[in-house]
Amino acid sequence: MNPSRTATSAVAADADTALRQKVLRRIRSRPTTRGAVILLGILLLLALLAPFIAPQNPHDLASLSVMDNRLEPGSQGMTGITYWLGTDAQGRDMLSAILYGLRTSLLVGLTSTAGALAVGILAGLTAAQFGGAVDAVIMRIVDFMLGFPSILIALVLLASIGRGVDKVIVAIILVQWAQYARLMRAAALVERRKEYIEAAVNFGLPTRHIMLAHLLPNSIGSVLVVSTISIAGAITLEATLSFLGVGVPVTQPSLGLLIANGFEFLLSGEYWIAAFPGIALVLLIMSLNLVGERLRRSFNVRG
Amino acid sequence: MILPLLEVRGLKTVFHDLAGAWPAVDGVDLIVHPGEIVGLVGESGSGKSVTGFSLVQLIDAPGEIVSGDVLFKGEDLRRAPEERLRALRGDRIAMIFQDPLMTLNPVLTIGEQMGEAILEHRPCGRQEAMAEASRALSRVGISSPEARLKQYPHEFSGGMRQRVAIATALLNKPDLIIADEPTTALDVTIQSQILFEVQKLSRETGTAVLWITHDLAVVAELADRVAVMYAGRIVETGTVDDVLDRPRHPYTLGLLGSSATTVAPGERLKQINGAAPSIDARPSGCPFRPRCERTLPVCAETDPLPQVTCTGQSYRCHNPVPEGHAL
Amino acid sequence: MTAYILQRLIQSILVLLAVSVVVFLAVYGIGDPIELLVPPQVSAAERTAMIQRLGLDLPVWQQYLSFLGNALKGDLGHSFVHGVPAVDLILARLPATFELVLLAMGLAAVIGIPLGLLAGLNPESRPSRAIMAGTILGFSLPSFWKGMMLILLFSVFLGWLPTAGRGETVSVFGIPTSLLTLDGLKHLALPALNLAIPNMALMIRLVAAGTTEAISQDYVKYARAKGVRRKRIVGRHVLRNILIPVVTVAGMEFGSLVAFSTITETVFAWPGMGKLLIDSVYQLDRPVVVAYVMLATLLFVAVNFLVDILYAALDPRVKLTGEMA
Repeated sequence: MNPSRTATSAVAADADTALRQKVLRRIRSRPTTRGAVILLGILLLLALLAPFIAPQNPHDLASLSVMDNRLEPGSQGMTGITYWLGTDAQGRDMLSAILYGLRTSLLVGLTSTAGALAVGILAGLTAAQFGGAVDAVIMRIVDFMLGFPSILIALVLLASIGRGVDKVIVAIILVQWAQYARLMRAAALVERRKEYIEAAVNFGLPTRHIMLAHLLPNSIGSVLVVSTISIAGAITLEATLSFLGVGVPVTQPSLGLLIANGFEFLLSGEYWIAAFPGIALVLLIMSLNLVGERLRRSFNVRG
Repeated sequence: MILPLLEVRGLKTVFHDLAGAWPAVDGVDLIVHPGEIVGLVGESGSGKSVTGFSLVQLIDAPGEIVSGDVLFKGEDLRRAPEERLRALRGDRIAMIFQDPLMTLNPVLTIGEQMGEAILEHRPCGRQEAMAEASRALSRVGISSPEARLKQYPHEFSGGMRQRVAIATALLNKPDLIIADEPTTALDVTIQSQILFEVQKLSRETGTAVLWITHDLAVVAELADRVAVMYAGRIVETGTVDDVLDRPRHPYTLGLLGSSATTVAPGERLKQINGAAPSIDARPSGCPFRPRCERTLPVCAETDPLPQVTCTGQSYRCHNPVPEGHAL
Repeated sequence: MTAYILQRLIQSILVLLAVSVVVFLAVYGIGDPIELLVPPQVSAAERTAMIQRLGLDLPVWQQYLSFLGNALKGDLGHSFVHGVPAVDLILARLPATFELVLLAMGLAAVIGIPLGLLAGLNPESRPSRAIMAGTILGFSLPSFWKGMMLILLFSVFLGWLPTAGRGETVSVFGIPTSLLTLDGLKHLALPALNLAIPNMALMIRLVAAGTTEAISQDYVKYARAKGVRRKRIVGRHVLRNILIPVVTVAGMEFGSLVAFSTITETVFAWPGMGKLLIDSVYQLDRPVVVAYVMLATLLFVAVNFLVDILYAALDPRVKLTGEMA
């Protein structure tokens, strides 16, 4: 350590004021984020292990007892099973239904985000790489898609093609790819101006190689960061579509459909059928949003 | 002896970060008398701007004024309540900022931004305030001032905006104007016009000016007295004639040698070796030591205290430049 | 100015044309248009007659042109279910949706702007952190579930507000509104709040970010150096700068509020055009769905157009010339 450092450190020490404490506190990592990561991990684990930990298989109609319908949380069923979160109109254990619903919600959310990412990244890369008319056409379509509320596009689309897990996924990909395309194009355009790309072009590397081996890995970061928040968006969208009756089929209920099924019993005070799947859904969306927001800030991406 | 308008003693302003608190202003003493123009000169990073803002207590986190006194007409500003400071700012002590592009609010008219400087300090009508603002604009040489008041900042050139800032500073006939490099962003012809006008207005209104700049030529043209700042402290101060003609501190000498106006045609400009130390790497002893050509062993051990000559010139150096040293 | 407006107008018309093509292809092109457009319950003879009357035996481009021609005359087909022109059906529901959306926007602004200012001025304080955490919740709660929980709390448990419907309305200039009766306001309160919450969260975020940025600007420090009171700095210098993005985003969000009103209207059985859309989807009343999409597009395009003009009026630096500043 050199002497000048020591001299100034002494100054630093004597001015250790409340203000400094405040600055330190701000810089320290936020406990909220850690909580969100843990919560997200638990939810993922629950969804993954649902068949092993759920007290009941909610899709197996034979194991349900209609006599047990609309029981309050904590009730004892005919077969001796305890329904910790109550039962729905078919006598289905809500806890099991939520665990399986979580699976469906996550399946749709993750698959559609992956699909939208693939389409969006490809479109954005292509626009950035070729420029000119290709870029103009792709970006006009992107602007057009982003100009309309996604819920409306998906709703109208599903209204004409019908409900189903695969169809919901297609609808969500259709409304979400455009945002990734825009982000990817912007990032790739910045990257393309760098010298190593120019060198690769001069070297005579094929366009496809430059796009996939150089442009893609170096500009994908911001898109991936934003995709965490978009998973939350996709899950919300699926839940909403299912609530409106154009989403997943009744045979494979997601959290959104479970909530929809509970709606008619809400007014008679049988809150648990709609409330508990909703809480699970909110926890899932919140944890994704918090983690995504943190990632976005850490990487300083404007989404 | 007349009571000084502004007397600063041992002012220290630090900036906090994770590693500690770094003194940007490190024990500044400064006096401004009524009606005089004082130049505060230093390289960038010397703490001269922070000094200016510290005087009116406009230091925001992570900055903090930790010690010293700022006496304005005998009143201790460091211990004054916020409302008292607000009443003084813009009324008795006006400021002109460095960058005329950034200081005017882009979405408010010039009239509104000048008018508020009056209306926040005196009970008077809007129309009266506009009339005063219009007079102030014509005083700094802006034509058709009434129409100009209705315009927005982007409709003014840089020089025009700085004139607006000067006109605004003069609105309440302040006792002191703190001008923080107000001509740096302007081109040379406009700069000298503005210097001339400020000098004239200061004489006419009896307003004292603390002119913060890195440019000794500006000080030579404008100021009565000068204070030279280095690494957060005043290293030499005195009348402009004394300091610029007979510098005692090697840093002042170096500044003069590197200033184009003081060097005869054909002669090479000198430069001071090295760069000013950054705020977190100031050396022990005399902060100028690593760049100084006149170091003694004592310079590494103790920071020199101010020495005052019979003419009132003061400098902080263990081995001052001898009197009569040829520039 | 005129050139700019003209340019934006042409752009808007192009968007509308593009939507008409997409909608036409989606509804008339994909699948069997006869199945889509002719009610399934009619006899074979009627069927043939309808096919000829609707021109479904003509080539696609001719069908599109007649669709477009009819659309320009304000004719987007008749509802299968109600037997009246689809446009009339939607326009009759427009006031209900509009009062819901406008009240929601008003709520979002009246509550969101002050909270955003508060959070932006002292971003590290405890209340500010609570407000910002609240906005994450505001974004995260799915609209339909949040609506149900509002009903559960305020209607089922507390019994303060009605659960559904529009309540009593009075006519002002021939437009029915529930804003002027107590019963109407009671019915409006929960749906408007439900619709407002995500928008409020957005407003808070926007204002907070804008405030934090604005107060670090030189012009704020300069205003302080002029001795301007804090109240005026915040209320005039900061707010006037934030107003520009706030108005722009609020305008752009108008479209998504109209879209999201479909969900809120479904939850609260609010008889607006969103509820009509969902009902039409269930009843396979396709002309109404098509008409809704076309009218909604017209609405979004018109609002975006107005927002651009308003933006230029608010920001003195923007000059309305042919190109964007």
